[in-house]
Amino acid sequence: MSDRQSSNAYWRANIRIIWICLIIWALVSYGFGIILRPLISGIPVGGSDLGFWFAQQGSILIFIALIFWYAARMNRLDREHGVEE
Amino acid sequence: MSQFTLNLIFIGASFALYIGIAIWARAGSTAEFYAANRGVSPVMNGMATAADWMSAASFISMAGLIAFTGYDNSTYLMGWTGGYVLLALLLAPYLRKFGKFTVPEFIGDRFYSQTARIIGVVCLLIISITYVIGQMTGVGVTFSRYLEVSTSTGLWIGAALVFVYAVLGGMKGITYTQVAQYVVLIVAYTIPAVFIALQLTGNVLPQLGLFGTHEESGVKMLAKLDQVVTDLGFKSYTGHHNSTLDMVLFTLALMIGTAGLPHVIIRFFTVPKVSDARSSAGWALVFIALLYTVAPAVGAMARFNLTATMWSGASTGAEAGSTFSAPAVSLERIETAPELAWMRNWQVTGLLNWEDKNGDGLIQYYNDKAEPGEALATVIADQNLQGNELPVVNNDIMVLANPEIANLPGWVIGIVAAGGLAAALSTAAGLLLAISGAVSHDLIKGWLAPNISEKNELMAARIAMGVSILVATLLGLNPPGFAAQTVALAFGLAASSIFPVLMMGIFSTRINRQGAIWGMLAGIISTLVYIFLYKGWFFIAGTNMLEDTAANWLFGISPASFGTIGALINFAVAYLVSNATEEPPVEVVELVESIRIPRGAGAANGH
Repeated sequence: MSDRQSSNAYWRANIRIIWICLIIWALVSYGFGIILRPLISGIPVGGSDLGFWFAQQGSILIFIALIFWYAARMNRLDREHGVEE
Repeated sequence: MSQFTLNLIFIGASFALYIGIAIWARAGSTAEFYAANRGVSPVMNGMATAADWMSAASFISMAGLIAFTGYDNSTYLMGWTGGYVLLALLLAPYLRKFGKFTVPEFIGDRFYSQTARIIGVVCLLIISITYVIGQMTGVGVTFSRYLEVSTSTGLWIGAALVFVYAVLGGMKGITYTQVAQYVVLIVAYTIPAVFIALQLTGNVLPQLGLFGTHEESGVKMLAKLDQVVTDLGFKSYTGHHNSTLDMVLFTLALMIGTAGLPHVIIRFFTVPKVSDARSSAGWALVFIALLYTVAPAVGAMARFNLTATMWSGASTGAEAGSTFSAPAVSLERIETAPELAWMRNWQVTGLLNWEDKNGDGLIQYYNDKAEPGEALATVIADQNLQGNELPVVNNDIMVLANPEIANLPGWVIGIVAAGGLAAALSTAAGLLLAISGAVSHDLIKGWLAPNISEKNELMAARIAMGVSILVATLLGLNPPGFAAQTVALAFGLAASSIFPVLMMGIFSTRINRQGAIWGMLAGIISTLVYIFLYKGWFFIAGTNMLEDTAANWLFGISPASFGTIGALINFAVAYLVSNATEEPPVEVVELVESIRIPRGAGAANGH
């Protein structure tokens, strides 16, 4: 039974981390890159504005950081719950 | 040395390399054939995934799509990279833990249903075969342009080559060949971009050059481009002109579609550990980003160079109208000048064409479909313009013609030819592997002949691959003429069928057999019907029931974006049907709980 409880806690923690990542994922692409672009259009970046930078470069860089952060965070979580390989 | 000899040397050397690797890494067992014995490191796997994923569409077409539309086509950049976040977070580690070889196998086991598995196979075959046809067509076109043979000869050379290394090597051979192909394609994409960024902005890195200063005029590159294209009556480059809703849905369809493409998903079966599956998606995206952050720079600078070739005034000045400070390029120069030989070469292919409509000996390139601005209206009146005199500029020539437009040395052109072929061939090989796995492993071993020996299964996989190459080549010889639509269809299908069913299979223990089957069918069929309504039934021209324009689309959703809605329908139907029917059996719930935990993944095998 304790195994089951521990794996439930592990899964809940994983879901929380996934939500955090997905919120950032959506914010930089759909948010800053598209829907919120008019709100941040006052910030100039190299001949255009911050939203253009997010749409053509920034979101891709943040996607990469996000995946590596998730991988590192999950490795730690695996060890904390004793479910690593 | 002639350009033809240079092309031959670069293309020949790259092929010798791929075939050498395939012979060195010959697969001996089914495990090596399908999953490279799970012995591929995350970095190598990431590089191979990047080559697998970046097809002729990424290499040849994408920068051109961005060049002529600007900001609105950022959807491709975000959509084709953001899908890897979904893969890393939602699918890859769990499918690796599941430890089997194919996507339909997971669907069949998780939803304890042969029917679900076969629906999965059908989706996989439709998605993958449409993709292979596109790649084979790309190979034929690139060969015919650079080796100066006919398109069909080029296609057969490409087919023979894919046959040798995909059929002999299996996943193991393909993985190492794709690593080599990645190196070739990224070098080929980056070198001309670096040259051009240096010429225009003085930056070595194209990524910085895009946001840097255009040296000749002293204003920012993007501001300069906006001024030049609006002078000529085109929509501004950095402005937002399309529907926001459709942009969001299209990006989402590309992201979900990417995460649902079977040939990309199977890459994550080949890494040694669950934690490697997570980081492998990150490495894949690093290698993809090396091209995807260069592409917008290539697009912007190619658009600028093309415009500056047509109007030499575009390079100087910063204020509106300065594009017209010098006369347009003369017909005589286009037809005789050595530095404009590329225009004559591309005219032969029919992808570029000009016409001196007003007979003044000059070729004026502008947008004749929009209300002209003040400066352009004056030019139209003064020079008695009768319409745009460069009416044909195909998106797809931008990357291939880019080194010639910028007058780069001949060896750069040879490298770009080898790179375009590497992109098309690596994707074709990956797709063929997914197809052969589904046919031999899921259809033959899983259904028709469960007692088949490992040796015969391997033979069946190779025959399936050979037959798929033949089918794709024959269809590639007579392309049905709907390449762009079928790509949209493949993404829509992957988004509306495979991604939702995999995600629900992992994140819910309640979704059952009936839910998965009805969800997949509802998702695919609704997406297919929506695309066919606007594009014609089975793409037969003239059978479309509604005109394919924004005003006719349901809530302004374009057919290419509908995959997102199809995915939502899939989720909703699966949820409702599952809750109305019995719970899945205990052993399936236990299966789901075991794939959620990394421990124990080492015991994975195919049988």
